[in-house]
Order: sequence, then structure tokens, then C-alpha cells
Amino acid sequence: MIWVLAATVWVTVSVGVYLSLSRDVFRNVLGLAILGAGANLVLFASGRLGSDLPAVVPLGDTVLENAANPLPQALVLTAIVIGFALVCFSLALVLRLIQRADTDDATTLREAEPVPGADPKPPYTPAAHEPPWPPVGAGTEASQARAAGGQA
Amino acid sequence: MSLLATSPVLVPLATVVATTLAQKHPRLQALLSFIGIGVFFVCALLLVAAAHSDQPAQAAFGGWGVPFGIEFQLDRTSAALVLITALMGLASLVFMASDADPFHHPLLLPLVHGLLVGVGGSFATADLFNLYVWFEVMLICAVGLMAIGGRLDQLDGTFKYFVLNLFGTLLLLMAVGMVYAVTGHLNYGAMAQAYAASGSAQFMLYVLVLSTLSLSFLIKAGAFPLFAWLPASYHTLPAAVLALFAGLLTKVGVYAVLRSLGDVFAPAPAVLYEALGWVAAATMLFGVLGAAYHWDMRRILAFHIVSQIGYILLGIALASEAGNAATLFYTLHHIVVKANLFLIAAIIWRYTGSYDLRHTGGLYKLHPGLAILFLVPALSLVGIPPLSGFWSKLLVLQEAIAQGRVVWTAVALAVSVLTLYSMMKIWMEAFWKPHPRADWTLPTSTRLGWAWVATIGLALVTGAISLYPQWLIEYSLAAAATLGGR
Repeated sequence: MIWVLAATVWVTVSVGVYLSLSRDVFRNVLGLAILGAGANLVLFASGRLGSDLPAVVPLGDTVLENAANPLPQALVLTAIVIGFALVCFSLALVLRLIQRADTDDATTLREAEPVPGADPKPPYTPAAHEPPWPPVGAGTEASQARAAGGQA
Repeated sequence: MSLLATSPVLVPLATVVATTLAQKHPRLQALLSFIGIGVFFVCALLLVAAAHSDQPAQAAFGGWGVPFGIEFQLDRTSAALVLITALMGLASLVFMASDADPFHHPLLLPLVHGLLVGVGGSFATADLFNLYVWFEVMLICAVGLMAIGGRLDQLDGTFKYFVLNLFGTLLLLMAVGMVYAVTGHLNYGAMAQAYAASGSAQFMLYVLVLSTLSLSFLIKAGAFPLFAWLPASYHTLPAAVLALFAGLLTKVGVYAVLRSLGDVFAPAPAVLYEALGWVAAATMLFGVLGAAYHWDMRRILAFHIVSQIGYILLGIALASEAGNAATLFYTLHHIVVKANLFLIAAIIWRYTGSYDLRHTGGLYKLHPGLAILFLVPALSLVGIPPLSGFWSKLLVLQEAIAQGRVVWTAVALAVSVLTLYSMMKIWMEAFWKPHPRADWTLPTSTRLGWAWVATIGLALVTGAISLYPQWLIEYSLAAAATLGGR
């Protein structure tokens, strides 16, 4: 049984790594979600696969014998919940990114970084990443538009 | 069981709830946020006092008792880092009241305090899986703070930060599973006992497990060659948040390396320390070389975070009590200095209108005070005596030479010279040369009062460490003496 699980982990992690190496940002986060499933399987296997008896102490006994290890199950549950929240966030992020950038190709997404091979001292162009100057105070229309994510 | 031990999590968490509920009332929200950070700071002081009198605050949850329940324990190392976290939070919140690189959003303050929850929890916990949970709390708050502005470059930076950090977190999760499989425990103390009792048959197993664990922490710390996410994303943040990120987040990764290799699994297999030393040397060198290319002050300083992480990791790689003490001293000095540099860069931006060094200048003539204020953290980062950076580099390199690590020492000294080049580049371009626009004058209406309070306050902390290093060195040595003795 442990070999079946090991093979499953192997396939899951391979698929996850393959997808997350993709240039497509959407596939990329899907790959990370699958990789997360692989990590959860590893965590599950860490408690050893011996018994499938529930970890409940029978009435009258004081010692739990021959039951499955409940701790990794609790850990996996926690990890699944956290992973689910992160996958939700990443999907929203990627959707917004594709909408705003009008591309899903990670190699063309260079808004936050200089292009490699560019002149170390290129002619100055007002970079898109600099905040507006002179700065707009709180409560003005422009700052609210900025706070709202520049939807205006 | 003491309530004080839970304060690094409970106090910021209560502040998150309070500031979220008050998001419709900005003034009330700011007031609650300052009350929260004030209480956090007082609790952190009490934690340091408790740890320094050899009664570290400790708590185990759920009535299970150690080592089965989740344990919080704040020894000298953790308590000092919690205190510096509270100080950074305070400086960042004070700076937000100025108009240097301002940003307003109703959820900004809850997310900042959420970040402090993650950082405080990571320092306080004595349970490996719990550490993973706090890393996730930190990650989700950090990406929230990045994406909240909604500009395209911020979303792009968030994506890069998120993907690489999530990969590190998943690796950490796998490593946690492997550590549990090998030791049968997740509590630091119990894992240390299981490690000490393990025979030579398990040697290779521990090498594998510990290298996976360290690798995941090193991704978080921004070590070579896995630092690409850091300079790609940090500069999209507003200044006050950027200073908080720069000061705290990578240092949590470093703390986790120190805790695992320098405390719980000490002495780890020698090959790991050897590898860590070379990683540290490469991190120093490539970080500082990356900085030389850039003209954006925030990018230059972001690369210097990477470079300085190398020095801190070198202290851990030396695997001795003096090395661990140097690591703690270096971390505390570095957090203050680095955050202060980012805050001063924001003041420069407010006066000259650009973060790009090609479009700044002339500040020395019109604002010599700022030029001198900049020199305090900048020269401290380089390691010019008698500033705090000198003492921290002295401690690390003294131990490196004592162990005969000539190459690492040589790299560290060469990197100091290159750091001096970068800092002088900022100083020459932003302060000394005339402003490229002939008609440029200082802006007339600025609200920088609180920015000055924050930066001068942090500079005074640096000054205090510089002039009276002995008390902090003694504290660090006492902290290192308790590491590894589980």
C-alpha cells in the first residue's frame, strides 16, 4: 500500500511541478494547487500506513491500540484548509492579472522588473511603478481612485 | 502556562479584529492600531525581561501538555526578535501618518497587524507544524498588502512573490511531514531529544530531512539562488509597508534556519553547515552585485537585503555559540538599519519626486540634516566603525577567522567594499550632485513630521547599539548559550 501511495505522490508532484513551470500564469497556479495536494499526501504518509481503524478508544479501555495515527490526519486537514484559501486567492489574483495585463504569458509580464539585457543606464522614462508626485493627499479624488485599485 | 507567552499572537490578532470592525472610521482605526502596537510593545518588553531572568514565558495549549500540545516558548532569542518586531511595527505605523509615499485603504491596517501576527507567532512557537501555519498567515497577509493597491505592476509583483513563496511553503509542509515521520514529534524539545537519541544508521535520513527543511526556510529568507522573488516584488509596495517587509519577513526565514540547525537539530551533520556557508557567501556576493546594476533606490536596497542575509547565514554556518550570538546580534542590528534606509528613501522621494537616482539630487545643499541622517544607517550597513554594523560584522568575521574560514571571510570583506560603493552611489546621486532639473526646488507643503520621528527614532536605536554594543553582545551570548542545549 505504501508503494501505491509513493507512486501517487511521485505522479502528483511531477504533474504539479510540470504545470507550475508553465509560462501560462493560470496553469502555473493550478500546478501549485496540485503540488499542494502532493505535499498533503506526503504529510499523510508520515503517520505510517498500518491500520485503518479509527482512532477512538473503545468503551472500558484506556489505551488506544492498533488504530491509525490521528495526528497526520489532523495536520492534513489543517493544510487542506489553508491550501484551499491560498488557491482561492491565487485564482482571483491571476484572473485580475490577466484582465489588467491583457496577457497570460509570464515572460511578457515585466511590469515590475527591468528587461534583462537592457542598458544599465537607459534613458530615463517615468516608470509606471513610481507613485504619483506631487503626492495626492487623503480624501482627494485621485487618491481614492488609487486606493480603489485604479479602476477609474 | 502563562498568558504572556501568547501575547505575540493574541495582541496583534485582537488589533486585526478591532481595526477591521472600525474600517469605516479612519481616525478610530488609526487610534486602535496605535493602542494595539503599544500593548504589543509593552508585552514584548515583559517577554524580554522574563527571558532575561531565565524564566522564559511558556504555554502549552489544549490541556495536552508538552510535548503533545502546541507549545509557545519565548527564550532570549525569540523574545528579542518579538521586541524588534513590535518596534518595527511602531515605526512603520508612525511613518504612515506622514505624506511620504502615502497609501490609504480601509484594510491596510488590519493586514499590517495580520502580518505582525504571523511574524510574532513564528518567533513564539515551539512546534514545527505551528511554524508552518504562521508562515502561511504571513504569506497571505503579505500578498494581501501587495495586491491591495491594484496597480498592474503591483499585481505582477504579487504574482511573482506568491508563486515562489508558495512553492517554499509547500516544500516546508513536505519537510514537516518528513521530520514527523523520522522523529515522531513536532515539538522542538521532543524533536531535539529524538535527534540526540538517533543512531548513525539514521544519519543519511537526517541529512535528507534537514536539507529539505533548510531549503524551504532559505527560500523564505531570500538566500542564493532562490532570492529572485524579493527584488522583483518589494519595490511595488508603499514605503511604510515596504520598510516592514524589508525588516521582518526574510529574517523570519533566517530565524527558522537558526532554530532548526542551530538549536533543535544541533549539532546537525557537518555537511549541512558547510553547504550553508557557501550558500551564505554566494548570497552576499550576488546580492551586492545585483544592487550595482540598478538605479531605483528601492531595488538597490532590496538587493542589499539579500546581501546582508548572507552575513547572517554565515553566522549560523559557523555552528558555534559565538556564531549563533553573532547571528542574533546581526539580525537585530540589520532589521533596524534596513527598515530605516527604506523610510529615508521615501523621504528623498517626497523631496525630489523620484525613486530613480537619475532624477534626484541637490538635497545636500537644501537639506543637510537628511543627508547626515541617511549616513547613519547607510554607513552602519557597510560596517564603518563605530556604527552597529561594524560590531556585528566584527562578531561574525572574528568567529570565521577563528575557525580558519579564510574564503568566507575574504568574500565578506570584499562585499563590504561593494556595499560601500552602493551606499555612496545613493549619497552622491541623491544628495551631492545638483538636481537634473534646473528649476527644481523643495516642495513647499510637506507633512513629514511623523516621518522624521520614525527615521530619527530608528537612527537613535542604531546609535544606541553602536555606542553601547556591550549589553546587546552580552544578551546575544546569553541567548546563544541556551541554544542547542535541549
